Amino acid sequence: MSGVSTELETLLGTRWKKPPLIKLSWLRWLLILGGAVYLVLAIASVEVNWSRVYEGLDRGGAFIMSFTRPDFLSRGGDIWNGLVESVVITVAASVVGILISIPIGLGAARNIAPLPVYLVCRAIVAVSRALQEIIVAILLVAIFGFGPLAGFLTLSFATIGFLSKLLAEDIEAMDRVQAEAIRATGARWTQWINYGVQPQVMPRLIGLSMYRLDINFRESAILGLVGAGGIGATLNTAFDRYEFDTAAAILLVIIGIVMALEYLSGVIRARVR
Amino acid sequence: MLRLDKLVKTYRTGDQALKSVEIEVPIGQVVALIGPSGAGKSTLIRCINRLVEPSGGKVWLDDVELTALSSGALRRARRRMGMIFQEYALVERLTVMENVLSGRLGYVGFWRSLLRRFPQKDVDEAFRLLDRVGLLAMADKRADELSGGQRQRVGIARALIQNPALLLVDEPTASLDPKTSRQIMRLICELCAERGLAAIINIHDVALAQMFVQRVIGLKAGEIAFDGPPDALTPEVLTRIYGEEDWQATIKTDETAEEAVA
Amino acid sequence: MPVREIAGAKVWRRRTTGEAMLRWVGWLIGVAIFVWCWQQISASTTWFFVWDAPRIAGDIIDRATPPRWSYMEKLWWPIWDTINIATLGTLIALVLAVPVAFLAARNTTPSTWIIRPVALFIIVASRSINSLIWALLLIAIIGPGVFAGILAIAIRSVGFCAKLLYEAIEEIDETQVEAITATGASRWQVMVYGIVPQIMPAFAGISVFRWDINIRESTVLGLVGAGGIGLQLSGSLNTLAWPQVSLILLVILLAVVISEWVSAKVRGAII
Repeated sequence: MSGVSTELETLLGTRWKKPPLIKLSWLRWLLILGGAVYLVLAIASVEVNWSRVYEGLDRGGAFIMSFTRPDFLSRGGDIWNGLVESVVITVAASVVGILISIPIGLGAARNIAPLPVYLVCRAIVAVSRALQEIIVAILLVAIFGFGPLAGFLTLSFATIGFLSKLLAEDIEAMDRVQAEAIRATGARWTQWINYGVQPQVMPRLIGLSMYRLDINFRESAILGLVGAGGIGATLNTAFDRYEFDTAAAILLVIIGIVMALEYLSGVIRARVR
Repeated sequence: MLRLDKLVKTYRTGDQALKSVEIEVPIGQVVALIGPSGAGKSTLIRCINRLVEPSGGKVWLDDVELTALSSGALRRARRRMGMIFQEYALVERLTVMENVLSGRLGYVGFWRSLLRRFPQKDVDEAFRLLDRVGLLAMADKRADELSGGQRQRVGIARALIQNPALLLVDEPTASLDPKTSRQIMRLICELCAERGLAAIINIHDVALAQMFVQRVIGLKAGEIAFDGPPDALTPEVLTRIYGEEDWQATIKTDETAEEAVA
Repeated sequence: MPVREIAGAKVWRRRTTGEAMLRWVGWLIGVAIFVWCWQQISASTTWFFVWDAPRIAGDIIDRATPPRWSYMEKLWWPIWDTINIATLGTLIALVLAVPVAFLAARNTTPSTWIIRPVALFIIVASRSINSLIWALLLIAIIGPGVFAGILAIAIRSVGFCAKLLYEAIEEIDETQVEAITATGASRWQVMVYGIVPQIMPAFAGISVFRWDINIRESTVLGLVGAGGIGLQLSGSLNTLAWPQVSLILLVILLAVVISEWVSAKVRGAII
């Protein structure tokens, strides 16, 4: 290693630059330019009525201030009824959704279900996941009329798509050897599921169910906007009438319940592990 | 040059990692720090550049009292102390060159470092060091593409580009195979000799330490149990540091293996 | 192991008697709660409509087919708006989420007792409230339009992105940070060299993931007046123009599928 190598000599004195993330320079510039052009066009196409925004700042400030003095009382009855309805919808929809999503999740796992069953179950999952809750709620309200039944059905349907998919993925990823060991004892299919599959996926199923309960509660808050029951209707009215104190109270209640649910699900997940 | 004065470290758990340690290292001396796991070797090294805050005592580098510095002054003082880590501690998603240049961060302003606009002098020095450790061709590879020995060479280059007066080396060979371990140890000691650097090297491998260093310090339960030349490491001394064991095989300097490697 | 004596023979049981009792009581309470909930729902349902539902559903499907394809030309602009709401909203959210995440992560927060709880509260508040509700609120404040939609998406996404990002920050390899600190780098340099490279893949993944979700959410923001294709949906529903509704639903479905595909591809390329 004596003396300066020629390779080093050529490099000394040259500028060093970090090698770019995208090696092809034309592609790099195309992406940069394309991104810039898109951003300019997108921002230009957003029409902002700045005087309206400016006027709104006062109201925004008033709203933020109303968090310091939320008004739980003057519409206490409405808040309470809406809240109870939200909770009722959440609980009922979660229970039904979880119960239905277990067989569908089993059916959607390629390693335990025959192909025709697999395809049907996957199709149900895909449809349920592609449609947002609020759109399903609108359609169900149109069909079943106003009220919590539409909200209950909406959330049950959404729960099925969410839980079945994750459950199926979990079953597909499970330890093959454990399940085979049970099958080797000559167990029937139901016994095989009960002893070979269930113990492996149960903790995660419980965790996911808790998580979905949390999501269902959050979603139940918007069902009221389209007449599917729950606290959303009360909230909507409060905004329409600019009753920010009441709106702040409702939002705080929602945040509080979500925090409690998150804490609860944390505790439960830690216990079942 | 480096002086530890009654250095004490007590962790919040109540574990006393260092109990009044006193060491003095002159310019250009390479010291090996040996001792069982949990003896406080890592803590000692980290207390010098205050990655771990000492609970008592003083650390002097030349005439600067490191333990009394404010955070800004401490950063300037850290530039004079290069550190080499056990698991290399390269920033794995950055390139080799960026990793080496990160040794200059203490000298370069924030915006220049953000934009990777290092002074040409630093870039040249980085190229020279990479050439010296034999990794010039790898400059634009990402650090996680390198093998263990190559990564440690990058780690060495990063420490040296700081232009330090002292190297703090924490288990440089613990994650390497025996052959690479020797190469790395030799490289560190050669570079220290070339540049007149003092170094403190934490090391598990007693034989390896004896092979390369001028002085060995044995640490046991936070206290100095031995301080002397490598030849003075007798079985009795090792028993004092580590406890009862048959030490003959460990101490024997293995000349044949050394030649096989070279 | 619970073993019970029955008629002089030892019989293995999975649980002791007390445990089994407790379980049954638990199940009983659970079932009771569910039955009560169902009664509540049932009580506020007009069952006449429900029995009539199959006929109404058939009627709606009948009227909604075939979709009115010619309406498509009026949808291009709302689609463009929808994409902008999702993309610009995600960008704003990312810009805001980065500092919040750094303040919330245990290893980078400047103060565990004051700043971290505040950052965590911002995250929970943003996550707890659906983007439609944020949109309602913003419309009440700054008036209807695309801008309110962008802000609603941004506010809703901050919590989501910040939560995932701060979890990624808490999982980084501390020795790499230590090594950069040991060179004498300043606090900000340690961030740029020691932390940012380690969380970059997570950051990119989170961005694309959230963008995908935001495309979904922005398609319905118009229902409350916050711009995008949902506005057309709302208008068509109000006028009972079912052929237009079915076309819009098809477009939304397609948008969701495409965005999910794009996001999966991009995430696959990053990881």
